[in-house]
Amino acid sequence: MIEVSNLTKRYAGRTAVSDISFAVARGEIVGLLGPNGAGKSTTMRILSCFLPATSGTARVAGFDVFHQSAEVRRRIGYMPESNPLYPEMRVREYLKYRARLKGLGWRRSRERVTTVMEQCGLADVGRRVIGQLSKGYRQRVGLADALVHEPELIILDEPTIGLDPHQIRAVRQLIKSLAGKHTVLISTHILPEAEMMCSRMLIMFGGKILAADTPENLQRRMAGSSQIIAEIAASAEALRKCFSQIAEIEHFDVSSCEGEFQRCVLTPRDGLDLRPLIFVLAQQNFWMVRELTRHRHSLEDIYVQITRPDEEEENE
Amino acid sequence: MKIFWALLRRELASFFFSLTGYVIIAAVTLLVGLSFVVLMLTLGSDSFTAPVTELVYSTFFFWLIVLLVTPIITMRLFALEKFSGTFETLMTTPVSDLQVVAAKFAAAVFFYMVMWLPMLACLFIVRHFTNQPGTLDAGTVGGMFLGIFLVGCLFLSLGCFASALTRSQMAAAMIAFVLGVSLFSLGFLARAIPVTAQWQSQVLSYCNLFDEMDDFARGVVDTRPVVFYVSATFLFLFLTLRAVESRRWK
Repeated sequence: MIEVSNLTKRYAGRTAVSDISFAVARGEIVGLLGPNGAGKSTTMRILSCFLPATSGTARVAGFDVFHQSAEVRRRIGYMPESNPLYPEMRVREYLKYRARLKGLGWRRSRERVTTVMEQCGLADVGRRVIGQLSKGYRQRVGLADALVHEPELIILDEPTIGLDPHQIRAVRQLIKSLAGKHTVLISTHILPEAEMMCSRMLIMFGGKILAADTPENLQRRMAGSSQIIAEIAASAEALRKCFSQIAEIEHFDVSSCEGEFQRCVLTPRDGLDLRPLIFVLAQQNFWMVRELTRHRHSLEDIYVQITRPDEEEENE
Repeated sequence: MKIFWALLRRELASFFFSLTGYVIIAAVTLLVGLSFVVLMLTLGSDSFTAPVTELVYSTFFFWLIVLLVTPIITMRLFALEKFSGTFETLMTTPVSDLQVVAAKFAAAVFFYMVMWLPMLACLFIVRHFTNQPGTLDAGTVGGMFLGIFLVGCLFLSLGCFASALTRSQMAAAMIAFVLGVSLFSLGFLARAIPVTAQWQSQVLSYCNLFDEMDDFARGVVDTRPVVFYVSATFLFLFLTLRAVESRRWK
């Protein structure tokens, strides 16, 4: 659906996007993830034909965003970051106007407006003036606008920014329900959000794509450094002696906890799961175990690690 | 075409469903009324042979209105959309730049013509009370409104251009005002230049908006000023289009 190759965008004296390439298949929900100023919005603006690229090409549904921009624009629904709307218009009137602009006929636009208003929970504010709506409703108007002409590709720039938790949940549900039928490209800097909604994530930093994979794979990539935490009632020496004999444990740390319990933090070799082993050990030595957990690096850790500025310089 | 009508409707709605629209109409009505009073006083004191419409221009109110009001009408068109970000949502729909420029300009011209309607009422009052059909016939009124229309098109296209250049409405109004006043004063320059300087004075005399308007007011429609106004309007609309497109190559 989207093919981007060697895309670069330079503003006067600053490179916002530098030589990125990625592809998005039809029906995917892809999250563009990165801190502020990573080049997410610029990428989206180029894909939505608002800005030209300095070099490189981007194609949407097989059409070039620069040379066949009208064809591309017919196929996308784009919601910019600030979600600009006309404050003096009424919700229904605005959506109808937008539907007309996107080339829908009179009858069809009326049908579609009614549908998307229900889909986005706007049915009872249709006659309200947009300027007087709450932020949550305005965001939903922007979403409804992006959906109104049933575009093949929906580009949403920070769709949940500034919403309260309930509204965020509703928006996420809505976006998830679009999977399969539409291709969705979402940008966000909130990681759990991308984790929940997206089938694939592109992590951007400093105008480059640093990682592109499914949330599970990204997590697995870091699994090598997962840790086992066990709280065992035994003497510290006995534990140390025991752990040092096991080859699967790369590193261990035993510290005393309250009572007779010792807190053991074990780093396994090659990302192995040590929990069954610990259980067997405890059984053999008649130790009491009150906690046995595997601590996985969350995507948040990965994200922070990948997008940390100093690490980035070290990698280069 | 469908898209053009949708755009035009929205632009007209933003003129007529907003307070600014009515403030402009009220201000113009007041100025037209004042000029009408001056006109009446002149008619009352001297004997006058020229058509009444010509008097309207001799009061200077007309040019004051055109020069002051057209930048205010047009300043909003592109600058506000750029400022609020709706320009981005607008330009990412399958509308062409030409449709957007044409719709915005057409809406501004429509509003401008509506703004002048009170003047028509004033003229009918004159006609009613003087009982002299000769002073005010369909030809002179038609010629006058054609003149108002053409002058308006030129100044509004100038305003469109100014508005497409910037994201600040104030800056747009200022640029349009400066461009408008410069164009207007070119006509006076033509008078100042001695007749011996041949081509300069001829070129400048085409820009002599003031005298041309007198002709229209007499009901004389010369093709030369018509061509001048129409081509200058198209020039500025073309420049507006380029300015709107400039985001693609800037």
